[in-house]
Amino acid sequence: MSEVVHTDHHDDHDHGPEKGLLRWLYTTNHKDIGTLYLWFSFLMLLIGGALALVIRTELFQPGLQFIEPAFFNQMTTNHGLIMVFGAIMPAFVGLANWLIPMQVGAPDMALPRMNNLSFWILPFAFGMMISTFFMDGGGPNFGWTFYAPLSTTYGPPSTTYFIFAVHLMGASSIMGSINIIATILNMRAPGMTLMKMPLFVWTWLITAFLLIAVMPVLAGAVTMMLFDIHFGTSFFNAAGGGDPVMFQHIFWFFGHPEVYIMILPAFGIVSHILPAFARKPLFGYTSMVWAVASIAVLSFVVWAHHMFTVGMPLFGQAFFMGATMVIAIPTGVKVFNWIATMWRGSMTFETPMLFAVAFVILFTMGGFSGLMLAIVPADYQYHDTYFVVAHFHYVLVPGALFSIIAAVYFWFPKWTGKMYDESLGKLHFWLSFIGVNITFFPQHFSGLAGMPRRIPDYALQFADFNMISSVGAFIFGFSQLFFMYVLIKGIRSGKAADGLSWEGAKGLEWTLPSPAPYHSFTQPPKVS
Amino acid sequence: MSSRLEQQAGIAKTVKKLCLVLVGMVGFVFALVPIYDLFCEVTGLNGKTGGQYTYVESEMEADLSREVRVNFITNTNQGMNWEFWPEKGAIKVNPGTIHTVNFFVRNPSSIPTVGRAIPSVAPGLAAGYFHKTECFCFEQQLLAPGEVMEMPLRFIVGPEIPGDIKEISLSYALFDITEESADLIESFNNGISLAAAGR
Repeated sequence: MSEVVHTDHHDDHDHGPEKGLLRWLYTTNHKDIGTLYLWFSFLMLLIGGALALVIRTELFQPGLQFIEPAFFNQMTTNHGLIMVFGAIMPAFVGLANWLIPMQVGAPDMALPRMNNLSFWILPFAFGMMISTFFMDGGGPNFGWTFYAPLSTTYGPPSTTYFIFAVHLMGASSIMGSINIIATILNMRAPGMTLMKMPLFVWTWLITAFLLIAVMPVLAGAVTMMLFDIHFGTSFFNAAGGGDPVMFQHIFWFFGHPEVYIMILPAFGIVSHILPAFARKPLFGYTSMVWAVASIAVLSFVVWAHHMFTVGMPLFGQAFFMGATMVIAIPTGVKVFNWIATMWRGSMTFETPMLFAVAFVILFTMGGFSGLMLAIVPADYQYHDTYFVVAHFHYVLVPGALFSIIAAVYFWFPKWTGKMYDESLGKLHFWLSFIGVNITFFPQHFSGLAGMPRRIPDYALQFADFNMISSVGAFIFGFSQLFFMYVLIKGIRSGKAADGLSWEGAKGLEWTLPSPAPYHSFTQPPKVS
Repeated sequence: MSSRLEQQAGIAKTVKKLCLVLVGMVGFVFALVPIYDLFCEVTGLNGKTGGQYTYVESEMEADLSREVRVNFITNTNQGMNWEFWPEKGAIKVNPGTIHTVNFFVRNPSSIPTVGRAIPSVAPGLAAGYFHKTECFCFEQQLLAPGEVMEMPLRFIVGPEIPGDIKEISLSYALFDITEESADLIESFNNGISLAAAGR
């Protein structure tokens, strides 16, 4: 019996999206879903940022002036949780949704309806998590790493809702990753072999595998917590024969690949933007792909570098120190390749390029403090001090976040059909660049001087560094409100943009008109 | 050029494979707990010392050429209000010889409480060589108000212990498990009322 294959009716008349608000609830279109993820992540960035400003207000001067320590602990915990799970990760997924189908010449993602579910789980999960602030006993207050038994035996009653929220976010990430891999492996335009794929697509392919591998481990950790809290088990309770250190192993087995999940797509983005504005092809494509794959594989065998002080035997510490330092090699390959890309290029410094160049420099600085932390005897001094806080904020803020901002500016004309105001964009950049460095650079010094993490009040000798850091935080925080203004102004009244919005931009998405049609590549393009 | 049907079949295949990976990772995380316990048992790295050791005197070779110092550390945990102390802070032993050390607990409160002691040995690598033939940590203890109990520990430091381990610390953490031991408390109370009725 022969099958009748129905051609896509949409070829005949290009209808746009449905009208009204329900469009956003029911959409299966990768562009709409990408937009939803991006605006959601921006909202989470502002909320997480507000929590950070509460922290920095309290830390502006020594003494407890504004909030109770118990509330402060909720601020630090939720700032971390919201930024990691609500701002950075969904923003990268939003970029993946917008860009991957266009960059591989596909009409949409492989599983459009599951794509919709993946997004809509998130507002529900975060609504639940944020609502814990208003419950009896308050919200999570045990740090974003929620070590047991602090989180199980001594946590507030709302911890159970926190656990459910984590399960939901994990489900969303896993479904999104399955979708991304299925799209990349099956829907590339004919002629696009794996080694012809754009770097952003490569980094997301590898990131998606990391997510599928480690999100279940996080789910396992929080499920064991749930059982310890409610069903009388003793996974992490020594009195019952359990082991608190086991929690740390399980958590960081997830946690370390998680931080690479938060940076690999950034590497992909920068590998698109630098060649565009240097008007030179990316240096060393093959080694860039190899480097990302190596980093991903190595990320599974370094987790205990977060645990050097728990009483591990010496050979264990030596192994993890060595493996952690080895990751610097493929990372270094990437940094050198970016520099080589710019070398003797015809460079212009529009806003995306400013953020991308700042990424290369400042992420590398964050990497250096990471190398310092990898050295076991030195880490005994740095562990749980502000030196660690400075390290991860350098790789996450002028690292991951700057790459997301760079991507938004870079692809803005493709998504909206308009150009943002370049002078305002540059102003946003300089305010952010100056603000982020004033905020986090002094934290290296207060950490080296011995200031512990997660404290609402501190000894007097740390006062100056904290004051400077708080000033920087307000500059940086308010400049993100300015970013929102730049975006909205561009969307409403920006100048019309060309299909090839940037002279040096390469890739299939730039062959489409700007804004990209609601349905694009309904017929696959030919790739040479 | 793959047709739409081929593409959809390809997508379905990829999704199935990824779901298998997912199931595998879920299985892995379930397995993590016993794997962790097994790893710790084999290497001793979490300081746990395992269960009761059967001592056969004829099979044990004493190594009189060297001494290992064994320290005894007692802690009460999680609001446990008993007093807990060892008879001696430390002793020097020859590997392969059996020794007895007493520990004392006292319940200063006015209610009967049940406690459990969890041992931990440092360095972790020594834990596998620290054999206990009799230890109060094997069972929970009920103390009446004001009661003092003497609890013996009989142990051998195995003669196969590596030569570079010269000092071992055995630490006990005492936990209050009265809430989970309702049956013990009940039979204790019954015992009291029976004794009182008999007078």
